[in-house]
Amino acid sequence: MIMQHALSLAIWLPIVGGIAVLTTGGDDNAPMARRLALMVALLAFLATLPLYAGFRVDTHAMQFIEDLAWIDAFNIRYRLGIDGISLLMILLTSFSTVLVVIASWQVIQNKVAQYLAAFLIMEGLMIGVFSALDGILFYVFWEAMLVPMFIIIGLWGGPNRVYATIKFFLYTFLGSVLMLVAIIYLYYQAGSFDILAWHNQKLAHLPQILIFVAFLAAFSVKVPMWPVHTWLPDAHVEAPTGGSVILAAIMLKMGAYGFLRFSLPIVPDASHELAWLMILLSLVAVVYIGLVALVQQDMKKLIAYSSIAHMGFVTLGFFIFNVQGVEGAIAQMVSHGFVSGALFLCVGVLYDRLHSRNISDYGGVANRMPVFAAFMMLFAMANAGLPGTSGFVGEFLVILGAYQANFWFAFLAATTLIFGAAYTLWMYKRVIFGEIANKHVAELTDISSREGLFLGILAIAVLVMGLWPAPFLDVMHTSVEHLLKQAMTSKLL
Amino acid sequence: MIFGLDAKTIYLLIPLSCLAGALLAGLLGWKIGRRASHVVTILGVAVAFGLSAFVVLPDVLAGKTFNGPVYTWAVSGGIPLEVGFLIDPLSALMMVVVTFVSLMVHVYTIGYMHDDPGYQRFFSYIALFTFAMLMLVMSNNFLQLFFGWEAVGVVSYLLIGFWYTRPTAIYANLKAFLVNRVGDFGFLLGIAAVYMYFGTLDYGAVFGIAPQLAAKVVQVLPGVDWNLITLISILLFIGAMGKSAQVPLHVWLPDSMEGPTPISALIHAATMVTAGVFMVARMSPIYELSTTALSVVLVIGAITAFFMGLVGIVQNDIKRVVAYSTLSQLGYMMVALGASAYSVGIFHLMTHAFFKALLFLAAGSVIIGMHHEQDMRNMGGLRRRMPMTWLTAWIGALALIGFPMFAGFFSKDMIIEAVHHSKTPGATFAYLAVLLGVFVTAFYTFRMIFMTFHGKPRMDKETFDHVHESPWVVTLPLVLLAIPSFAIGFLTIEPLLFGNYFGTSIHVSTQHPVMLELAHDFAKGGESSVNRIGVFVAHGFQSLPFLFAMIGLGLAWLLYLRYPEVPGKIQARAKGLYALLLNKYYADEFNEAVFGRGARGLGNLFWRIGDVRLIDGLLVNGSARLVGWASSIVRQIQSGYVYHYAFAMILGLFLLITFFLHG
Repeated sequence: MIMQHALSLAIWLPIVGGIAVLTTGGDDNAPMARRLALMVALLAFLATLPLYAGFRVDTHAMQFIEDLAWIDAFNIRYRLGIDGISLLMILLTSFSTVLVVIASWQVIQNKVAQYLAAFLIMEGLMIGVFSALDGILFYVFWEAMLVPMFIIIGLWGGPNRVYATIKFFLYTFLGSVLMLVAIIYLYYQAGSFDILAWHNQKLAHLPQILIFVAFLAAFSVKVPMWPVHTWLPDAHVEAPTGGSVILAAIMLKMGAYGFLRFSLPIVPDASHELAWLMILLSLVAVVYIGLVALVQQDMKKLIAYSSIAHMGFVTLGFFIFNVQGVEGAIAQMVSHGFVSGALFLCVGVLYDRLHSRNISDYGGVANRMPVFAAFMMLFAMANAGLPGTSGFVGEFLVILGAYQANFWFAFLAATTLIFGAAYTLWMYKRVIFGEIANKHVAELTDISSREGLFLGILAIAVLVMGLWPAPFLDVMHTSVEHLLKQAMTSKLL
Repeated sequence: MIFGLDAKTIYLLIPLSCLAGALLAGLLGWKIGRRASHVVTILGVAVAFGLSAFVVLPDVLAGKTFNGPVYTWAVSGGIPLEVGFLIDPLSALMMVVVTFVSLMVHVYTIGYMHDDPGYQRFFSYIALFTFAMLMLVMSNNFLQLFFGWEAVGVVSYLLIGFWYTRPTAIYANLKAFLVNRVGDFGFLLGIAAVYMYFGTLDYGAVFGIAPQLAAKVVQVLPGVDWNLITLISILLFIGAMGKSAQVPLHVWLPDSMEGPTPISALIHAATMVTAGVFMVARMSPIYELSTTALSVVLVIGAITAFFMGLVGIVQNDIKRVVAYSTLSQLGYMMVALGASAYSVGIFHLMTHAFFKALLFLAAGSVIIGMHHEQDMRNMGGLRRRMPMTWLTAWIGALALIGFPMFAGFFSKDMIIEAVHHSKTPGATFAYLAVLLGVFVTAFYTFRMIFMTFHGKPRMDKETFDHVHESPWVVTLPLVLLAIPSFAIGFLTIEPLLFGNYFGTSIHVSTQHPVMLELAHDFAKGGESSVNRIGVFVAHGFQSLPFLFAMIGLGLAWLLYLRYPEVPGKIQARAKGLYALLLNKYYADEFNEAVFGRGARGLGNLFWRIGDVRLIDGLLVNGSARLVGWASSIVRQIQSGYVYHYAFAMILGLFLLITFFLHG
């Protein structure tokens, strides 16, 4: 019974729990709100584990299907189901939310219940995005999840938060509108909002191109791809630490996920025809953004730009249409969730103490915070794609895949070995190494056990995935093979 | 079989015992204390050495090799990517060398780092390094090779920057990591090429398929045919150039001397920097298929061997002299590989590991004795104060310059002979380079020995009186390294080079019969092994390299002991040349100006012009302005009359329906 509604449970448990946290009221009740939120987040995480345990790797069919009528007049249904790709994203979402709740334990003192509730509700909505198999349901979750994020940045963000929120909103809204047009068009063609039916719907050349472009508008902003990426550094800089973590770890994956669920299987011919453009934009992201990251003065901006470069690997992997490329891209999505989340948490740890994100305000932190320095070293190395950490898995597979497509794709992609190491370790050097730079650094205290807890959990995740990625890759093989088969089959009318 | 353990368990125990020591000292060092930290790491490495030398090596000598997976790292596209071991003569030899030098360095560190607050951390790092290096040499596939490759690089990074408050140290470690990443960039592309064309990353399978692809041509640039094997070999060699510090990726190694001396001996002389040499030897079935690639290896090695040796002449920091010497000797090893004398290259790798580790540790002993003074201009006459260090340094120096009977003599002479016989394009140049290099080597080596240990002390009397011999934990490793620095050459030359020790682990094509010619010459010496070695040594005394070495040694004696005022005059006369050498051919300045400033400049350009001005300024804010302008026009339509709106809506709906019905 529970297994039949496992996805609904994963979606609604955090949402209902989040509303319950809201009822604790004002900040007088903050301790209770925190405990309740942690409990909800833990339960929600536990609720997603049966999805992995009960997942069948021998079929590409959607699993844990739920299908109920919702709006009969337009044949809109409450239809859920996951494959190996969405499974990993859902687990990443519930995992990250637990960490965010722990991370905001003492940091957030203002409107605690509302803050935590926003994350829990957002968790449910994001899981909804990853499991929706109905176009409208997907769209509703897709738009709804933005609301808590706007609120998080807008209420708990930095001084320039209004500008950042509006920029974020305008960018994503523009994309979403075009996606809605594409969804409605597909409904008229297929007679339903069933995404799986769209996968089998034949489409003429021009509509394919237009649909691809419409989806591209929505997804490329979310990833984000060059040149629609400039909202991300601003949003990250203004967002509170937890917001940055979820933004980087999960929200960027929405766009990438969209390509896999919509663009590739629904309009394969257009995907092939425009693959050159996607590859070009991806490689620009790797090289151009890698260089931009090098000269950043603000730690959060640097990591934000680093995120864009790493997501370039994801879109590159998708559009070279081979197994290594796509699997590497998905592995990169998971790893990026761990690593960028961890790096934003590291910056948060420093920010909570010194209230600055400027690299030049630091120096010699290792003298005062050796344990923290060790953790950040690991995450910095993972960000630089060191073998044995999760960061290597995706980059390695994508480079293997890219080589099969074209030597120069692999050549340009592999420059990340140099750029990624340069911007990450140069920042690390200036912040962590050296003599104690000023009296504020001299007063730093090493991480608390609570900070050690979330950094430790992420460190384990980064190492486990790096040393043994098989459990992550094994669940996606059949789904990826099926996806590639769809993407390789012409659907022209 | 020992203690009833099967072979695979023993192979696993070797790296894992080092890893266990590293984890204990690293994670629990603060709790278990200094003593326990060095005990566990030394124990771990001792176990690794014991098993390598007394279980694995005898097994391999008895013909028992191993090639198999440990676990499947991942599968993608049906191709398994595994972690596994290949235990054959080549890896067994490397395991013994690595664990022995590492063990010596561990013991030495007790003395060298005695007063350092980062004691436990240091032991953790060097044990971790040993683990990574073992995984590298024991690998049976390219993936794990790359794992070990990058892992030793990271530990090297951590150790160069061990004293992380020193600006020079944290500059040097970043530089080392980035230059190595440039090499790894090529290396990874090479691995990707292997994966694509061979469909596997397993050594055995790749080497099996390689001959069938010997003639395959690929087009990297449209219209230009490149031989696939040459392409792969050169891409992989770019990795070796980074790790083994070959010109032009050599710039990081001299700066790596910022790290504590024990790691200069272990990582930046004996083991990690030889990984590139090991890798090329391991890939001999591939390299043998491409004369072009061999030629590249030969020429790059020759350039490094000669020109880096020259720089060693003008250095005044004792560690930097040894560092440039290391660069030069790595060049010698590459020359051997390029001449298809892989076993000679590995032979020199081994002898060099012993005598160069010895020289570094001796230099370290001097540095402790001088209370962290590294400038040789402030030394002199230390022979009387540090007799043990002096004696062992002499043994190391004689081995380095290839004085007959010492270990380096056999390996270096064989390299010179090999390249003399080689027909690979570039061999004549390489022969000249390594021959002249002998003179250069002897000169800078004895310049160092004389400036440090002989002549009059160039420090005040009080300082000199305070210099004392180092404790036994420091001198014992010196003695234990001095023994093989002297003896390992004549003990192992026959089995290693001519006795088929390496068997199938090194493959030489019949088109490159250098080793056969060397064996032929060597066999002329007589019936018994003693005879042959005796004749070889006797011949060594009459050879050209010996003459060159003696000239170098003699010149060093003249200039630095007999007439110590002369070098200053020469310096003043040859200002341009001196400046060129002192500034290391301006390679650092070039890299900083072109790559450093170039990358930052491009980054700023893309950011400030591309992102801020064009994308945000023109597109984002521009479209906002466009909307503003458009709405000022469209505002006219907003009449406020409901029927206007209704009409517009009906019109819109009509158009949409028309589109969907006919579209």
